[in-house]
Order: sequence, then C-alpha cells, then structure tokens
Amino acid sequence: MATFKVSSSVPSPSEDAEQLKTAFEGWGTNEDLIISILAHRSAEQRKLIRQTYHEVFGEDLLKSLDKELSSDFERAILLWTMEPGERDALLANEATKRWTSSNQVLMEVACTRTSTQLLHARQAYHARFKKSIEEDVAHHTTGDFRKLLVSLISSYRYEGEEVNMTLAKQEAKIIHEKIKDKHYNDEEVIRILSTRSKAQINATFNRYQDAHGEEILKSLEEGDGDDKFLQLLRSTIQCLTRPELYFVDVLRSAINKSGTDEGALTRIVTTRAEIDLKVIGQEFQRRNSISLEKAITKDTRGDYEKMLVALLGEDDDA
Amino acid sequence: MAQTLDWDVVIDAISGKNVGMGVDEKALITTLGNSHKDHRKLFRKASKSFFEEDEERAFEKCHDQFVKHLRLEFSRFNNAVVMWSMHPWERDARVVKKALKKGDECYSLIVEVACTRSSEDLLGARKAYHSLFDQSMEEDIASNIHGSRRKLLVGLVSAYRYEGNKVKDDSAKSDAKILAEAVASPGEKAIENDEVVRILSTRSKLHLQHVYKHYNQIKGSDLLGGVSESSILNDALLCLLKPSVYFSKILNASLNKDADKGTKKWLTRVFVTRADHSDEMKDIAEEYNQRYGETLAQNIQEKIRGNYRDFLLTLLSKSN
Repeated sequence: MATFKVSSSVPSPSEDAEQLKTAFEGWGTNEDLIISILAHRSAEQRKLIRQTYHEVFGEDLLKSLDKELSSDFERAILLWTMEPGERDALLANEATKRWTSSNQVLMEVACTRTSTQLLHARQAYHARFKKSIEEDVAHHTTGDFRKLLVSLISSYRYEGEEVNMTLAKQEAKIIHEKIKDKHYNDEEVIRILSTRSKAQINATFNRYQDAHGEEILKSLEEGDGDDKFLQLLRSTIQCLTRPELYFVDVLRSAINKSGTDEGALTRIVTTRAEIDLKVIGQEFQRRNSISLEKAITKDTRGDYEKMLVALLGEDDDA
Repeated sequence: MAQTLDWDVVIDAISGKNVGMGVDEKALITTLGNSHKDHRKLFRKASKSFFEEDEERAFEKCHDQFVKHLRLEFSRFNNAVVMWSMHPWERDARVVKKALKKGDECYSLIVEVACTRSSEDLLGARKAYHSLFDQSMEEDIASNIHGSRRKLLVGLVSAYRYEGNKVKDDSAKSDAKILAEAVASPGEKAIENDEVVRILSTRSKLHLQHVYKHYNQIKGSDLLGGVSESSILNDALLCLLKPSVYFSKILNASLNKDADKGTKKWLTRVFVTRADHSDEMKDIAEEYNQRYGETLAQNIQEKIRGNYRDFLLTLLSKSN
C-alpha cells in the first residue's frame, strides 16, 4: 500500500506549478513548500504538474529542481518527481556505469516491478538513453552475472494467478538437485527464475519447502559467504517471492551502517512509496523493534529527512 | 442427362498434379455442382487413383491420401482468411506456439517472428501469448528447447530493441571484431558464444547494420555468405540484416512445386504477416524479382489457383 498522503482537495496543476515557481524565486529555496506539494501528489498528478510547469515556464521542472537543490534532498526529490518508468530507467543506467555499478540494483528493478512497470522502464530507457536496457546490461556485465541479469531484465512474465502444480513439483526438484551440487549458475536455475510467472515461482518454492523441510533461502545460506553470485541469487529469489522482506533487509543495512547509505535509502523510499512501503514499514518494525520512521529520523537530517518522512506519510501536512 | 462434363477439369482441380496450390473453385462448382449423381459414380469408378472399388459392399471408397490431399488443397484459402482476420499479435503468438510444438525444423519460425517484427509488434506478440496460453513466450521456449539454441532463441524473443537512429560506431566496431572471431568456429559453435548471443539479441537493428559493415571490412568477405545456410545463426542474421532477402528466399522455396506440405504453408504466412507493411512487401517483391527473374505476381498466377490465388494477389497489390 502507498504511504504518502494526498489530500482530498488538490490544487490544479497550474496552481501547483505556480507555487513551485515561487519556491524557487528569490534568495534560497523554499524546500518546505516543495515538499508540501510534490510529496503529496500521485504519479499522475506529478506528471501533469511537470507538463504544466514546462508549458508555462518553458523549462523542465526537473531541471529547475536540479538548479535549486543539492545533495541527498535533491536526489530524493528528483527521483520522486520522475515517472516510475523514467526513474527505473535512470537507476538501471547508473547501475551499469563504472563508478555506480550495481548488480543488486539491476536485479531489484528487474524482479520487484510488475511486468508492465518493467516494460515502462524499458520504453523510458529507449527514449532517454537511445539504447535498449538489455544491451547496456549485457555489455557491462560478464559471465554468470550477465546470464542472470540479462534474462531477468528482459523478462515479460505472465501475471496471472494460475499455477501448474505438477510443474512446480518438477522444477522444485530440479532446483534442489542443482543447489545440492552447488551449481548455482546452472541454466535451468536461471531459466526458472527468469521466465516463470511470480505465482508459479512461489508455488515452486512452497513445494520445495514441503519436500525438503527447509526454505530455499535457508538452503542457500549454506554456500560460500564470499560467493557474490550466490548472494545475488538469494536476493533474486527473495525479490521474486517476498519483496517486502528484501526491502527491509536493504533498509536495515542502509540505516544501520556507520554512515547511512543514502543512495539505497532514497532509492527504496522513492520507488516503493507508491507501491508497498506500508507493508515494508510494518515488517521493518516487526523485525527491528523500531518504526521505520524513527529509524530514519535518527539517522538523517534537514530537508532530506523531511522529504523521507513525508513520503512515509508521517508528516503533518496533507 | 446428356451432358458432357469436363471431368479433366475436376481431376485437375483436385489433384493439383500439374499446377500447384489451391483449388479452381469456379471450375469445380460448374462441373461437380452441375453433375448428376450417376455421372459422379462413373467418375469415381473411372478414377482409380482417387477411389478404390469396395466390391463386397458395392461402393467406391476414397483413398485416404485423396481425402487428405483434398482437405489440404481446400484449406489454404481457409487458413489464409482465418490468419488474415486475426490481430497480428495473435497471429505471431500462434506461429511461435506451433513452431514450438513441431520441434527442431520449425525453430526458424521463432527467429523470423523475433527478428523481423518491430519492437512494439514483438512485444505485442508476447502480450498475446500471455493472453492465449497463460504463460510467457520466453518460459515456453525455455522449457521446451535446450542448449545453445535456447539461449539464442530466448534472447531473441525477449529483446525490446532501441529503434532510433543513434549508433555508437566504436561499439559496432568492437562488436564486429568479436563476431569475426566467433564465427570462425565451425557449425553451431558460434551461437554457444555468449558474446554472439549478446550482440544478436540486444543490439538495435541499425547498430547491427554497422556491425555488419565493419565485419565485412575486417574479414574482407560477406558475413552472410560465410555462415552455413541452414543454420539458425544464418536465419537470425538474415532476418535482422536483410529481411527482404530472407522472405524472398522462403517464398521461392514455398512456390517450388516439389516443396513439402510444411514448406508450402510458408507462402500464406509470409503474405498474411507482411501484407500490412506495404514498404516491406514492396521490398520483398523487388528482391524476389531481382533474385529469381520473375515477378512474384507472375509466379503466383502460374502456380496457384482459385480463391487462394486471388487472395494472395490482392494482398500483394496492397503494397503498390
């Protein structure tokens, strides 16, 4: 469930655009005003504001924001204001670049979005980067990582709830055999994870648990701790079956580190605020005995903190 | 009734022996439709190649082959119409499904759908696949095909290629070098190379044209001549780089009177799936003309009959 709050009577896009313009004017910037508007608008509303702003003031809102803001707050606002597909395309592109490369982010985008959302990301990627997402991912990854990530990012999974139990049994068996022999990178494992529907994958791992008495993620813990591919595989399975738990893990390590990992924190909050941040928050509290909001406010400051809190729906504006 | 019926017309129409594909429905209607049942009996008794006398039970029974043949000859127009009425996405999804069921020899159809359609049309076919078969195209392909061909085919159908006109020539050059080394290995080994699969299944078609150009410069020979014709790699290259050549070749094969039943079906598929894209159809017709000396229209006139012929010619004329 989404967390950020939108009031029942929302100003028109042109009113919002005007207000944002005033926030940029004069000395300094009125960050509170920016947050009070943008953090309380849905994706559709933000899109209209951006269009209107461009029509009226002749500049992309994102550009104006970029000029006025800086650092973590800017990153949060920019990511938030973008359309989801654009956002995912940007994240994926950064993840293929040398200094910001991240197999984890690529996997996260590929596995935690719906088929339609992933498709929008691929379309936005064409438009912005003049290439396909898969050619960049393929070009910047190698070996097993490439096999897994290109397959994941190119998938267009069936989204129905139908499940074939016989198939689930067969594929649970295949996976069990491969893992037993530590063939984590086996083609069959990759095939199953990157082509089957999420419902089918869930059924397969339920079967796995029934048949072998332990959860797949537990079985995978026994591998080599330094094996990065294995870690990625675990996260992949987690993202496909229990994404909220994956996000809780990422948030916890982002906030617990001495020195917060703002990149991860911003990414999770802005990409999930419209999707399932509520459930993630609940799980976070259950596992860490502290609310997500409290954990965030303990570790962040200023406008950045205000923005995150607003996206969590915990601010008083509405 | 003293009516001289031209049974040769009937035999001709339904045997397809001398002329090719499809049925001359008009001739059949005139002859068979006007015939008295006694005349038909005489026809059956006289046509030993189609009918067998069951003397014990006193009737003339059809040879199995004859029934099969008749059904096939009559079905072409039917298939063409059904296919034509379908949404292109459904058409393509069904082609892929059928190819998967038929196995090995039909995998080139999957390559054809994956590589000759636009990114949006391929995506559409994948959507239709969800809707028709409750699975994704890639999962079906992946679970039914193994080995190096799986990698290539899954890669090709999963592509959502960039279609704009920006190309990085240095990238194309380095891709060409990689391809040059990989293709040197014999047989199907080339598609086992991950880099080859990467290049063929992720790059934009424009980028691939640049790769092709650089490859030919590096090797001093044509990439398209240097790969075994009957390989899946060749199909992919041809479909991606020179689709009109690919299509004119398979049209030619399907119009050959010695072609088998499966091959003859290609004719319908190519026409029905390409006719909406008049530029492409035009290119195919021109390429065909250059390659084989005759025009497609001529060839069809000579070799096909009846409603099937008229339908094909109508589809062809849409592109002019």
